[in-house]
Amino acid sequence: MEFFKIKRDIPFMRYGRLTTTISLVTFILAVLALGFKGLNLGIDFTGGILMEVRYAQAADLEAIRKTLEEQRIAESAVQNFGTSRDVLIRLPLREDTGAKQSDQIFSALKAQDGTAELKRVEFVGPQVGKEMYESGGLALMLVAAGIMAYLAMRFAWRFAVAAMIANMHDIVIILGMFAFFEWEFTLSVLAGVLAILGYSVNESVVVFDRVRENFRKMRKAAVTEVIDNAITATMSRTIITHSMTQLMVLAMFFFGGDALHNFALALTIGIVFGIYSSVLVACPVVLALGVSRADLLLPEKEGLVDNRP
Amino acid sequence: MRNRFPLWKNLMVAAVLILGIIYALPNFFGEDPSVQLSAVRAAKVDDGLKVQVQGLLDAAGLKAKTVEMADKRMLIRFSDTDSQLKASDVLNEKLGEAYTVALNLAPSTPSWLRAFGAKPMYLGLDLRGGVHFLLQVDMDAAVKQAEDRYAEDARSLLRENKIRYRSVEKQNGVIQVRLPDSDTLSQAQVLLRRELRGLQIDVKDSENLLEGRLSEVERREIKRFAVAQNTTTLRNRVNELGVAEPVIQQQGEDRIVVQLPGVQDTARAKEILGATATLEFRLVDNEHPVPAEGEKAPLGSHLYRDRQNRPVLLERKIIVTGDQVVDAASGIDQQGGQPAVYVTLNSVGAKKMGDTTRENVGRAMAVVYIENKSETKEVNGQKVTTKKKVEEVINIATIRDRFSKRFQITGLDSTEEARNLALLLRAGALAAPVDIVEERTVGPSMGKENIDRGVKSNGYGFIAIAAFMILYYRVFGLFSILALGTNVLLLVAVLSLLQATLTLPGLAGIALTVGMAIDANVLINERIREELRAGSTPHAAIHAGYERAFATILDSNVTTFVAGVALFLLGAGPVRGFALVLCIGILTSMFSAVLVSRALVNFTYGRRRKLVKIAV
Repeated sequence: MEFFKIKRDIPFMRYGRLTTTISLVTFILAVLALGFKGLNLGIDFTGGILMEVRYAQAADLEAIRKTLEEQRIAESAVQNFGTSRDVLIRLPLREDTGAKQSDQIFSALKAQDGTAELKRVEFVGPQVGKEMYESGGLALMLVAAGIMAYLAMRFAWRFAVAAMIANMHDIVIILGMFAFFEWEFTLSVLAGVLAILGYSVNESVVVFDRVRENFRKMRKAAVTEVIDNAITATMSRTIITHSMTQLMVLAMFFFGGDALHNFALALTIGIVFGIYSSVLVACPVVLALGVSRADLLLPEKEGLVDNRP
Repeated sequence: MRNRFPLWKNLMVAAVLILGIIYALPNFFGEDPSVQLSAVRAAKVDDGLKVQVQGLLDAAGLKAKTVEMADKRMLIRFSDTDSQLKASDVLNEKLGEAYTVALNLAPSTPSWLRAFGAKPMYLGLDLRGGVHFLLQVDMDAAVKQAEDRYAEDARSLLRENKIRYRSVEKQNGVIQVRLPDSDTLSQAQVLLRRELRGLQIDVKDSENLLEGRLSEVERREIKRFAVAQNTTTLRNRVNELGVAEPVIQQQGEDRIVVQLPGVQDTARAKEILGATATLEFRLVDNEHPVPAEGEKAPLGSHLYRDRQNRPVLLERKIIVTGDQVVDAASGIDQQGGQPAVYVTLNSVGAKKMGDTTRENVGRAMAVVYIENKSETKEVNGQKVTTKKKVEEVINIATIRDRFSKRFQITGLDSTEEARNLALLLRAGALAAPVDIVEERTVGPSMGKENIDRGVKSNGYGFIAIAAFMILYYRVFGLFSILALGTNVLLLVAVLSLLQATLTLPGLAGIALTVGMAIDANVLINERIREELRAGSTPHAAIHAGYERAFATILDSNVTTFVAGVALFLLGAGPVRGFALVLCIGILTSMFSAVLVSRALVNFTYGRRRKLVKIAV
């Protein structure tokens, strides 16, 4: 079985202007969403208390809210979580009690309905949340710098820059979508975003690798032809690999439970845009940066390249 | 050309596979419900105890699977939770005084596997249920306590050496010693410089003033000690709680992680961990009258209040602190029928207490209860945490006779309070107050659900990928899937070998690695197809396919690896687990995609000299 029997190279680079425009528009939209709405940060980053309580029967949210009010807690969010029996309660940090607050609240809920079962409590102090936020940002930058350094060494600086632009494009779009739809941005989503940073570069690298090889093989071809051929030749692999990863991520999305839901969501967006950006963002950028055969054919550069037929 | 591996390569692949199976295997054996006995203080875990335990179990009609002994711990395995719970009750009742009895789930790895050092992965709290605390050590308080101690030392040094001084005061972290003239100034300077090396002493001649500040080295030492001491104290307290396999570790400079698997009563755990209560014994000042409202306490004394908020004037000098308590038990006072705490002091404390009480028969002595609390208030939209020290006189008694090593404290509100105080005293004092800055509790049912879901989603994903790969690449697809299976096996084996903690994000990491690992096989298979299309013979196509795909696989994996390493270095908790799995997964997937699948291909096709068709 074979899906992609492409005889002639698809002239991807001819659509460069169009695809760049599309990316630019989505990118700007994402930035706007981030700017105006901001990320709906989970308590990992903001600090606060989160409680998940299960009841024997469908929970009476109004009664729970009332109990919370009696405990003099303003601004709490009470919502169903998954099923009508599971309730998620989110509380801002209150003045005096800190971590002890969750115990008081749970005893109050238990007094109201004896079947209440505490499934999960998370309390994060404001300082820890802030540190998490900062180290997350630092991680993002460190990953980007490390990848760029590797690519610049292994290929050429133009490829490193192009891959990074394509990558940031994916990251910003994921973040933008989380901001726009107000999905909760938790620590595990951050892990997903960082994983996509590695994953998406992976994509660009496979195409670049083929570009480098083609420069050696297709001595007379123009740069656009070289790139078009590289994309076409790796097309089938790109689609299949992404589908495989997506299959796994979908399994997590549907069967992994709530804890993995948003993580899988971030990965899904990352995978979809990863295909697009590695082909239709990274390559036009490399072209625009004026890549040429000379960039990759310094004879003493790499043993691996020279050994090829 | 034929595709064959040299013998050493085949042997290497086989060896890695066998090792992978051995070290991954313990994860499939499950766990035995068991009871863990650990010795408290002087008690011993030895053969005598083993006989005693077996006797107790026989008497109760319970049958243990095995009884194992390790340093200071005994593990008694059962075949069902019913007998586990019964046994725990029996043992707690009969041995509870000298041993901590905890319920445990011990991995039931067969002994021949354990002989290889093979152990299952340790499950994180999100997969087994329990409480996680992140505690912040209050360094400012630790430094302040040290400054107080130095001020007190300076005072007593001057007194002992008969150097007259006007005052010793502490202001903004500076210990100021005022002296009457330049003569005493130089004497004091020499003395304090020699005796208090942790202080950096500046002289202000014009005012006859010595200013002492903690040196940078001393400051660092105090902080280091505070964390170390607190970690030890917390470990002792957790042991008192009777938790199997707790984790108590320092994290960063001033934080301590405490994980208590299986603990449900978080309120109690918090009380024990977060409390920084300690005791001080001081003499009541009977020379001065109790100062009126707004008036300052006389020099050498300090004004306290008792439980009824009545003022009590106590001497500044502390006889004994909670640090010197080696044992404490709660009980009922024989005469008054009140809740009491029976205290035993160490030799230094006992000597001090003995001397003081002997010299002061007929005087009153007070027990001060000190608790550190922290309050977070909102000031101008900013959250400000303030520390509050609650000092209360809980008991005043007239000294009738010299105190010995053992004595009792009464005047507590309830038996519950007596029990808690005894526990705190027994477990040692915290060197500095701690605050809970993060708490995560996962119920046991939730943990089970998380495991089920994680494993299920991994399984379904794998099956979907396998179906597609075999349909699409036929024999080579099958090899790819076998390689992918090897990858999971090796990943689990390495994680078990490292004794990594498996968490939900870790399970997600396994899933994602599986999804990404197939990329290497797809690259290889696509290359082979390409070579075949270009007219290569099957053998040449296989060879070129693997050879050429390798450079791409290397490049693309290194970039992902870089991301993984950065994630591991910077991430906290769950992100770290995910990153670790990702990094190891990349390494194992390179091995399995390049070597294992190649070995399978070589095994199937390599023997045939003339190869006309391959199923790819």
